[in-house]
Amino acid sequence: MTVGLSHYLVVSALLFCLGLMGVIVRRNLLVIYMSLELMLNAANLALVAFSRFNNNLDGQVFVFFIITVAAAEVSVGLALIVALYRKRQTAHVEDLTTMKL
Amino acid sequence: MADILFYIFGFLTLAFGFLVIANPWSRNPVTSAMFLVLTIGSLAGLFVLLHAYFLAAVQVLVYAGAVMVLFLFVIMLLDLKAEERRKIKKAGLGAGVVCVGGILAVFLRSLMNSPLAADPSPALEGGTVPLGRMLFTRYSLPFEIVSVLLLVAIVGVVLLSKKDLR
Repeated sequence: MTVGLSHYLVVSALLFCLGLMGVIVRRNLLVIYMSLELMLNAANLALVAFSRFNNNLDGQVFVFFIITVAAAEVSVGLALIVALYRKRQTAHVEDLTTMKL
Repeated sequence: MADILFYIFGFLTLAFGFLVIANPWSRNPVTSAMFLVLTIGSLAGLFVLLHAYFLAAVQVLVYAGAVMVLFLFVIMLLDLKAEERRKIKKAGLGAGVVCVGGILAVFLRSLMNSPLAADPSPALEGGTVPLGRMLFTRYSLPFEIVSVLLLVAIVGVVLLSKKDLR
């Protein structure tokens, strides 16, 4: 069977659900953040697949912007995690139960 | 040939993605970060199969080469001690599996029931020149706004890494 759009979308959906599973199950802040990046990458794959199969370059431009915004978001998020670790000395989600710094 | 490569890269992507969240060898987040780098590499392979050459290069250079390196810097900076195995609440795990399984079922069911194009149009090549032309003519406003966003991110990171956050 020739590989069509639905094959790429199945891979994207499975990758997204793997990332979602990681966010729900894992307890380490950094691994949760990495699963979030996995979900972003799954969305990128879906967009590029749609762009190719609909003969429209807009999807690839969107992915370009998503990669840039993800880079900015990762830097800010990691700065937050480092600041939190300095205050609380833990990177475990179950220890971070109060909103007080 | 392209079909075999798709199956290889697709399987590698999903396998490495699974190993990011649940690897049986170590609880160290460095292992997860390494597997995430490999996932991003396999995704770049899938992008090349979809004829998005510029995006594949950008994915490897920016995502695997800068973002994940930043992740690894921070993991090594925090120097987490090997976390002791806390008991996983079975009810939480079960609820998570049910929810994610439900979402996956909705995705796959809607995929099976929709008429999607089966043949790729041969005219679209995502090289540097067509993408650059789009970025600088039709999407030049988001392009400039993204540069301002990067400046805001830099200022925010410098502010957040001060010793005294008052």
